[in-house]
Amino acid sequence: MTKDACKKLVIDIISDIAPDEDLSGIKPEIRLRDQLQLDSMDFLDIVMELRKRHCIEVPEADYGHLASLESCAEYLTPKFPDSAKA
Amino acid sequence: MAYDWLKGIADRYDAVVIGSGLGGLTGANVLAKCGHKVLLLEHHYQLGGLATWFTRKGGHIFDISLHGFPVGMVKSIRKYWNQDIADSIVQLKGIRFINPQFQVDTTFDRADFSRHLIETFRVAPDTVERFFTDLRAMNFYDNSTETTGEMFDRYFPGRDDVKRFLMEPIAYANGSTLEDPAITYGIVFSNFMSKGVFTFRGGSDVLIRKMAEELKKNGVEVRKHVIVEKVLTDEVDGTKRVTGVVANGRTILCDSVLSNSNIKNTVLRLAGEENFSPDFVALTKAVRINSSSCQVYLGIRKGETLPHIGDLVFTSDAKIFSSAELVDLHTSSRTFSMYYPDTRPDSTRYTVVCSLNATYSDWNNLSDGQYQQEKERLIEESITVLERFIPDVRVKIDWKEAATPRTIEYYTKHWAGTSFGTKFEGLKISMNLPAQLSGLYHAGSVGIIMSGWLGTINYGVIVSNQMDKFLHQKKRATAAPLAVQ
Repeated sequence: MTKDACKKLVIDIISDIAPDEDLSGIKPEIRLRDQLQLDSMDFLDIVMELRKRHCIEVPEADYGHLASLESCAEYLTPKFPDSAKA
Repeated sequence: MAYDWLKGIADRYDAVVIGSGLGGLTGANVLAKCGHKVLLLEHHYQLGGLATWFTRKGGHIFDISLHGFPVGMVKSIRKYWNQDIADSIVQLKGIRFINPQFQVDTTFDRADFSRHLIETFRVAPDTVERFFTDLRAMNFYDNSTETTGEMFDRYFPGRDDVKRFLMEPIAYANGSTLEDPAITYGIVFSNFMSKGVFTFRGGSDVLIRKMAEELKKNGVEVRKHVIVEKVLTDEVDGTKRVTGVVANGRTILCDSVLSNSNIKNTVLRLAGEENFSPDFVALTKAVRINSSSCQVYLGIRKGETLPHIGDLVFTSDAKIFSSAELVDLHTSSRTFSMYYPDTRPDSTRYTVVCSLNATYSDWNNLSDGQYQQEKERLIEESITVLERFIPDVRVKIDWKEAATPRTIEYYTKHWAGTSFGTKFEGLKISMNLPAQLSGLYHAGSVGIIMSGWLGTINYGVIVSNQMDKFLHQKKRATAAPLAVQ
């Protein structure tokens, strides 16, 4: 798993949670909340989808790591089982 | 022999959901979509908890709590149910206040409320702007001890009229008072102010039917007429955990329970004190139950019509707003929810549901004779007030009936017949439940903010996420030894 591939997976999840949002121009280093209409329930949905689709558990104390696409990739990439090989 | 309402169910489930209020229904749906095996049990013959309806002779359909919810429901329904249900959500634009202090017609959103506060109530525009912005920024984990009343005094000192304009509708929405924490007001008020008040076109019956269809599609086993008597537990290495439930006298095994019952029912009756630490039991007992409601249901004879007098009409004869007056047995404060034919587009019928806040003990202490008399009085007073707006309404009514906190207790089993859950401290008990008894979760109207249609649906999702995590870990732990081999 590369960071770019990880970002793609996060964007896939967001596009399902917020289908009305235009995700083509997301700036990775800017907070998602500042670019998109996402509320705390949407972030909870991201956590649930990561568990469902990729068996990744994000403890409540780490929710802050999901703030931007860049911080998501930084935090999540090592959690994918095959990331050592990538 | 009595019919077996549990006929054909499995011996074991990942999760049993107790109660089918919006929190229980949504929790069940989310858990099923996460791949868990779910059984939903409802003791009543109809799903929905307080989000329900009933029919009466003459073709009347009465909605219990479809008064109006914030726009956030569109998103939550789309995400946790489906697009089809979300597409039936429409705005109610006729919100009216009629009391000795002011008469206001509003669309109940930030822009229109700001306009009224500035033009009708003559509040300085920057104060209004600051009020809305500050409230929007409130979080439930904020550590503030300010009450709603104190907060109003900070922005609008000496303005009883402004206080009433801001507080009255929210008091009807969630039973909160001027003495409750300001954040409980700020969060709920901001949700409404976002875009206004919305309703479900088609009525509660269509909504709940569509939810039941979705549950079925996602594999949830739903059973009505089934009362859960007990949550079963055992103890492993000093840790208590859920092992099942007893329902209609039968044992059903499960790894987790989502209780959509009241939090006090959940801890003190369903699980029982023996499963919790003495401190936790003491804290649970100390949780204050929120107020309750009375309702008067007025059915308009087939063929008759009513003029449009607004969708939600807040009326009161009280000179100023007071949280105590609002729940008094003889309160003159009542809200009329007007259901015109466009509520159910395939119908031509009108109904009126008049809601009053109430105190359980006032009603529970009445003798049977007094109880009937008080119900008659409630109906009579409500029709008399309605006649101010629709002078000939009395002759058009062919069904009238009242519900009280005793009715709510009968149908929902809620502790002390509450219609609004608990005061703020109940939320902490609800959230700490699984740490006390592994596998036991609660998602019902609690803590004022997790109340109302949007609050309970979202809380159902928040708690389902925790349950999903728990069940996921449990399944992985069970599967792990095999994976190693």
